[in-house]
Amino acid sequence: MAKIRGAVVVDVEACKGCSVCVVACPSQVLDLAKEVNGKGYNYSYMKNPEACIGCENCAIVCPDGVITVYKVKVA
Amino acid sequence: MAEITLKDIIKEENLVYKRSKIMTNKTLSYCPGCGHGTAHQIIAHTIQDMGIQEQTIGVSPVGCSVLMYDFLDLDIQQAAHGRAPAVATAIKRLMPDKFVFTYQGDGDLAAIGTAETIHACNRGENITIVFINNGIYGMTGGQMAPTTLAGMPTSTSPYGRDTSMMGNPLKITELLAMLPGTYYVTRQAVHTPRAVRQTKKAIRKAFENQKLNRGVSFVEIVSNCNSGWKLPPVKANEWMVENMFPFYPLGDMKVDGELVNK
Amino acid sequence: MEKELRLMKGNEAVAEAAIRSGADAYFGYPITPQSEVLEHLMLEKPHERTGMVVLQAESEVSAINMVYGAAGCGRMVMTSSSSPGISLKQEGISYIAGAELPCLILNVVRGGPGLGTIQPAQSDYFQSTKGGGHGDYRLIVLAPASVQEMYDFVELGFNLAFKYRNPVMIQSDGIIGQMMEKLEIGPQKQRRSAEEIAKQCPWATVGKPENRERNIITSLDLVSARQEQHNHKLQAKYKEIQEKEVRYELINCDDAEYIIVSYGSSARLSMKAMDILRAKGVKVGILRLITLFPYPTKIIQELTPKVKGFLAVEMSCGQMVEDLRLAVEFKKPVEHFGRVGGMVPSPEEIVEALEQKIIGG
Repeated sequence: MAKIRGAVVVDVEACKGCSVCVVACPSQVLDLAKEVNGKGYNYSYMKNPEACIGCENCAIVCPDGVITVYKVKVA
Repeated sequence: MAEITLKDIIKEENLVYKRSKIMTNKTLSYCPGCGHGTAHQIIAHTIQDMGIQEQTIGVSPVGCSVLMYDFLDLDIQQAAHGRAPAVATAIKRLMPDKFVFTYQGDGDLAAIGTAETIHACNRGENITIVFINNGIYGMTGGQMAPTTLAGMPTSTSPYGRDTSMMGNPLKITELLAMLPGTYYVTRQAVHTPRAVRQTKKAIRKAFENQKLNRGVSFVEIVSNCNSGWKLPPVKANEWMVENMFPFYPLGDMKVDGELVNK
Repeated sequence: MEKELRLMKGNEAVAEAAIRSGADAYFGYPITPQSEVLEHLMLEKPHERTGMVVLQAESEVSAINMVYGAAGCGRMVMTSSSSPGISLKQEGISYIAGAELPCLILNVVRGGPGLGTIQPAQSDYFQSTKGGGHGDYRLIVLAPASVQEMYDFVELGFNLAFKYRNPVMIQSDGIIGQMMEKLEIGPQKQRRSAEEIAKQCPWATVGKPENRERNIITSLDLVSARQEQHNHKLQAKYKEIQEKEVRYELINCDDAEYIIVSYGSSARLSMKAMDILRAKGVKVGILRLITLFPYPTKIIQELTPKVKGFLAVEMSCGQMVEDLRLAVEFKKPVEHFGRVGGMVPSPEEIVEALEQKIIGG
């Protein structure tokens, strides 16, 4: 059965750590990092990357457009 | 079956979403989690999808989004407070084949610019108006707006908006839907993926409508003001759902020139 | 080509000149004594004659912001109003000056302050020449004294506006706006094509092609150092305007011992006063201002050593006279005479004022 695997890339320095993406993710992939970026924000990252389905939810709610989404079908 | 790695997924050919090229590289000046940014991304994607960058002229307001011209890679005029519909009227009248939109907050559109808004809508100017309603003046530091809810505290209504003294929140979008010059009037939000997808459809329709020359397409976006509301972004969105949406219900009010019966 | 003569009101002449000079748009709002501008435009169907856009706005505020929008697209655009309406436009004019947009604004001045009167006055001189709205800026201000000049200054005004990317004001008054005179009108000029506009105004917001940076029309710059630079740039422009664009008319000044400095209707009334005085043997000349800003300081400085005194004649309580005093630098007597509130001075009153305030003074 084909399975969907996704991944997101967060532009860490542009992320403002608002966590709107974290709650938008249906698979609990994202969380805010303990570390901060150059501006002092706890940036978003894939805490649980295996669960990502590439649905784009996190990216389209991101006010700053810092998330890029990739998706593949795995045989 | 070999285990697939992130490196295998993150490749150009697997790309499904990225920031629109209509967005510049400038960091948005909005607070973390602010719906303004989301609305900008939607407009940028819409213009990119339609391939109309060269045909689009935007008008930015006074308020938090005054610097919209720094973020959208478009020809943009920055209007005086509340006057964007008048500015857009002239641009569109002189270049009827272009796509012209204004982007305005509630203070700009529904207080100081009420006359310009109503008359542009009443004349049926063939433009798109994007209206961000967060019930507060964000840029100046959280003062009461025309759309501030009854009882809602702001810096100029610190004990809550007392409607007997300060007047009632203005449902300007309902008012505009009644005018014969509006062709499409809708109220949307950008706080969830579903809301964003709906809003994107609405913005697309509002731009496509300009090809028909039938009047104003008006998209209100009920949004948050985390700093003004003094709430963290996610909490602000929850507060918005609980408090703003009952008074400003989402949905279409007028489609293709016909009022929607609810 | 044979001259085309017409008998028209000053306000109608402005409207006709706008169409014939190839203007792209007019946005206005009715107010006495200038409503004939919009009325004439609507009657003449410029949208059919040349494709010019003419729109009655919901207010003067809206009209001037429509001017901003059209000017930001590189279009030849104008508005007109009278004093109270011009006050309402000041915010927009300040933005237009700040964003360096070309446009033409006609003020058919009536008496103030407040709602004042609908009768003619020249009491908006400060407002026209010192900025008018907030911030450090200047308009180029033209003062017509005839219906012919009302007509001619439209094209001149547009040319100056585009040359300097600056708003130009025609400061007329209720007399010039309302009176009918014979005038010669010019041929119909073609409106510029979109390509010509894009070439002439590379800064205009007409849609961003791939191969150029986006164009932004704004007066905002939150970086103080840059805003200061912008102000310096504006001031340099105003200085250049002061050096190059002074316009005036000298009438009988060669042998004059006394000079009346005046403009618009007041200058015409002063002509009669000059005739009466000359008949009495008093050597009077007139310096008629055509540009109120830039003010003709240099010619006044040249005249100062040759004369015994100056009389500023204007329908205000004494506004233009302040610039005259600055130019004369107290080297010779400078006095003011004016009627206000819609009252118009008679030539005899001007004669009396010169005799009592300057000659007898």
